[in-house]
Amino acid sequence: MIKVENLTKRFAGQTAIDNLNFEVGKGEIMGFLGPNGAGKSTTMRILSSFMPPTSGRASVAGFDTFEKSLQARAHLGYMAENVPLYNDMRVTEYLDYRAALKGVAHRRIKERVGDVKELCGLKDVEKKLIGALSKGYRQRVGLADALVHEPDLLILDEPTSGLDPNQIRQVRDLIKNLGRQHTILLSTHILPEVEMTCSRVIIINKGRIEACDTPENLLNKMRTATGVVLEAKTGADDGAEELKKIAGVKDVGLTTDGDWQIFSLRAEADADVRAEVFRLASERRWTVRELSRRKATLEDVFVEITHPDEV
Amino acid sequence: MTKFFTLFSREVRAYFYSPIAYIVLVFFLLVSGVDFYFQISFMNQRPVPYSVEEAFFNSVFFWFAFVLIFPLITMRLFAEEFKLGTIEPLMTAPVRDWQVVLSKFFGALLFYVILWIPTVLYFVIFQTITHQPGANSIGAYLGGYLMLLLLGMFYLSIGCFASVLTKNQIVAAIISFATITLLFFLGLVSFILLDISSSTRQLLGYFSAIEQMGTLSRGEIDTRPIILYLSMTIVMLTFTYQAFQWRKWRL
Repeated sequence: MIKVENLTKRFAGQTAIDNLNFEVGKGEIMGFLGPNGAGKSTTMRILSSFMPPTSGRASVAGFDTFEKSLQARAHLGYMAENVPLYNDMRVTEYLDYRAALKGVAHRRIKERVGDVKELCGLKDVEKKLIGALSKGYRQRVGLADALVHEPDLLILDEPTSGLDPNQIRQVRDLIKNLGRQHTILLSTHILPEVEMTCSRVIIINKGRIEACDTPENLLNKMRTATGVVLEAKTGADDGAEELKKIAGVKDVGLTTDGDWQIFSLRAEADADVRAEVFRLASERRWTVRELSRRKATLEDVFVEITHPDEV
Repeated sequence: MTKFFTLFSREVRAYFYSPIAYIVLVFFLLVSGVDFYFQISFMNQRPVPYSVEEAFFNSVFFWFAFVLIFPLITMRLFAEEFKLGTIEPLMTAPVRDWQVVLSKFFGALLFYVILWIPTVLYFVIFQTITHQPGANSIGAYLGGYLMLLLLGMFYLSIGCFASVLTKNQIVAAIISFATITLLFFLGLVSFILLDISSSTRQLLGYFSAIEQMGTLSRGEIDTRPIILYLSMTIVMLTFTYQAFQWRKWRL
């Protein structure tokens, strides 16, 4: 559905994106992650034909975004960052206008606008001025606009920024549902959201793709993949030394909490060393108050990739 | 073409969403009404060699109001889209750049024409009350309004260009006001500088909106201003189109 080849964009001596290559297949929900200024919005703007690339190509539904821009645009629904809307129009009026602009047949406009208002929960505010809407409702108007012409592909630039947790959950559920019929490329800073909704993730930093995989694979590949925490009193034993002998343990860190020693073990990516740790503790008659596995989150992956020195 | 009309109708409606439209309409009716009243009172005092229609279209009052309305009509056209960021949803919809530029221009032009419609009533009222024609012939009315339309198109296209250059409406208004005023006074230079050669005077005369209005509002339809303003409008709209693409890609 999306194909990006050697895509590069430079602004006045500054390289915003540098030689990007990726593909998004039909029906995928692709998460686009990266720190501010990494080039997410620039990539999305090129994909939505808003600006041409400096070099390289991008195509949407088989249409080049620059040479066949009108056809490419007809196949995609784009929601820009911060959802710019005409504040002096009413919700229904705006959606009618957008539907007509996107080539929805005149006799179908009413039906389509009705459908997207229903889907995005805009029925209560349909007669209100857009300028009077709360951030959450504006976001929904933007989403309804992106959906109104039944595009094959949705490109959403930070669809949940600035929303409260309840609204984020609503938008997330909506996106998940949309993913059944549409291909979606979405950018966000909220990482749990990506873990829950996306089938694949691209992490971009300083204009380059650092990683592109499923959320699970990204987690597994990490240095800090799995960690085990053991809180125990080891008496006379040197706990850290003993734990290091367990097969699969790479490293043991130690902190204390009063009499308690807190060991944090880093293990090989696919190893689960908890059973071995338990056996050791019971053999040596250590008093244990906690033995748990800390699963790495996408946040760890994100920090590791975009700020390697802070890990 | 459907998309052009969708865009065009939004542009026209957009004028009436904002208070600016009503302020401009009221301001303009007030100034043109006062102008019309003054011209008639003046004519009541002594005989003059021109008609009410000529007097109305050639007064200082009229020109003062005239140059002021263009920045007000055009300043928001593109600047507001850039400022609010609505340029992004607009240009990611399947519309062509020229459709956007032309819809904004013609939207402004329609609003401009709407501004002038009430002035037709002045002449109707004049004729009903005094039982005298407001102009020497129908051609004089046509000439006067044709000149308004031509000059309006050119000045509106300058306003479009100014608005595409910035995201600040005030800056757009100042650029277009300064340009339009300068162009307008170019035609007055020959009245101020008396020691210029006659060929220079003649050249400046071609650009003098005041002289052209004098001719057309007498009912002499001169083709030179028609060609001049139509071609200048096309040139300015081409500049606007180019600048629009250039700006959009650098956002």
